[in-house]
Amino acid sequence: MIEINHLVKRFDDLVAVNDVSFRLAPGEVLGFLGPNGAGKSTTMKILTGFLKPTEGTVTVFGCDIERDTIAAQRQMGYLPEGAPCYDEMTPRSFLKFIAAARGLTGSEQTRQLAKVVGTMSLEGVLDQRIETLSKGFKRRVGLAQAIIHDPQVLVLDEPTDGLDPNQKHQVREMIRGLAKDKIVIISTHILEEVTAVCSRAVIIARGRIVADCEPSALERRSKYHGALTLTLDEAVVAADLVGAFAGLDEVGLVEANTTANQLTLFPRDASASILLSVSQLVRERDLAVTGIVQEKGRLDEVFREVTSEVGL
Amino acid sequence: MRGIRVIAGRELASYFATPLAYVFILIFLVLSGVFTFYMGNFYEREQADLGPFFNFHPWLYLFLVPAIAMRLWSEERKSGSIELLLTLPITRFEAVMGKFLAAWLFAGLALALTFPLWLTVNYLGEPDNGVIVASYIGSWLMAGGFLAVGSCMSAVSKSQVIAFILTAAVCLVFVLAGFPMVLNVFKDWLPLLLVDTVASLSFMTHYGAITKGVLGLNDLLYFVSVIGVWLLATTVVVEMKQAR
Repeated sequence: MIEINHLVKRFDDLVAVNDVSFRLAPGEVLGFLGPNGAGKSTTMKILTGFLKPTEGTVTVFGCDIERDTIAAQRQMGYLPEGAPCYDEMTPRSFLKFIAAARGLTGSEQTRQLAKVVGTMSLEGVLDQRIETLSKGFKRRVGLAQAIIHDPQVLVLDEPTDGLDPNQKHQVREMIRGLAKDKIVIISTHILEEVTAVCSRAVIIARGRIVADCEPSALERRSKYHGALTLTLDEAVVAADLVGAFAGLDEVGLVEANTTANQLTLFPRDASASILLSVSQLVRERDLAVTGIVQEKGRLDEVFREVTSEVGL
Repeated sequence: MRGIRVIAGRELASYFATPLAYVFILIFLVLSGVFTFYMGNFYEREQADLGPFFNFHPWLYLFLVPAIAMRLWSEERKSGSIELLLTLPITRFEAVMGKFLAAWLFAGLALALTFPLWLTVNYLGEPDNGVIVASYIGSWLMAGGFLAVGSCMSAVSKSQVIAFILTAAVCLVFVLAGFPMVLNVFKDWLPLLLVDTVASLSFMTHYGAITKGVLGLNDLLYFVSVIGVWLLATTVVVEMKQAR
């Protein structure tokens, strides 16, 4: 269990984190979202014991991060932003160092080392200097050191930043594959990542929490939630068609994209489906529809909306 | 303890993972040779001792030791690896101590590699080896003092250049504080007790006593306390930067 209570962090005049509170239970994967400079990294740095909070408390499975720092840190694995490493070391010596510093020795160290090397596919580069590795490998070395002691809590600051799509996929698989009784916190500004791996999303802007819910609930906040996008056969997107769809009882707004020959129909009531009445109209008019997509909601739009509110 | 050992091990290995260790040792050996033979008139003195060798150590350390110490914390802060280091389950003091010990052991190794000089002087005559052993220990202790200052200065700044300059400046003060010409300046307008205190804080006063062959408890305690105080200061600085 992680409990963050009324956390405040001030750097001189700047309030980086402003009264942030949340609790996390084992099994939760938290997506920590926010624009750059919102306070995500600062919160993570306080949680892992790197920075001291100005006000508020953080406890990790009962250990206060300020009073019981070492005991709290023992339970956490942390990937700092940008995955800093000791560049002159090789992944093997680096991982051995981290393992030893975390109290893993002898056969236990060998076993855990082999395990994380396997999980992160580092076999090929184990004895190459870290500074010569590609960004993707460096990130994987950083991830490997974070999980080498099989921590109860995993704190990852932008784990997929700068990775190619395959590597991103691998990292997400790794996070999903972690035991179900762990707590994972991932900061990111990649929104799909949240729906892909997280069970909960917290959005932070200007140091404050502006949303805390399931990713799907976030999607439901979008005006696109439940909207239908029809792709029509060329050039039939006429003004009267927009009017016809808008005339349907369940449909609220209609947006036309003439360059892509698309119509987006927004439901009047987001919880009700408009598919039935729309398809009826399509049949009546005998329209050549080449594609229908029912939207779940656009996270980026919700993200923009909730993060810009606080500034105004 | 485990933390200190693990950190020291990593640091020491990292010296040798880069050319730093080799360049440092090479320069140290060449310069100590140059100082001893040319500037110290090792042969012309026709005395079987290592006096000229040890006399130059404070000056040699003044610019060589800051070069090893400057990276201790500055580099960690610059590369961001400090975040990794300080979120490992080890205390700040263990980290400070581990880093210092690695640097000190490294300095000790460089010093030990001057052993051919000892062999030479033993081949040429019959020196007082007790004095030489005491001098080696004294020199190593003084290097520890320089390094502890450097560790603190390195924790102050992200820039290695600034760390270097600060270390050299502070160490210069500690070295010069024992010189008669500096002390004479103070003698005119400070009470004698204070002048003596300034002198007793100098590296030179205590190093000089040891190189005469007397490894006194007070000199030993002096260096141990200098190291202790500066390492404590390093811990406080590291701690403060995190709480800022």
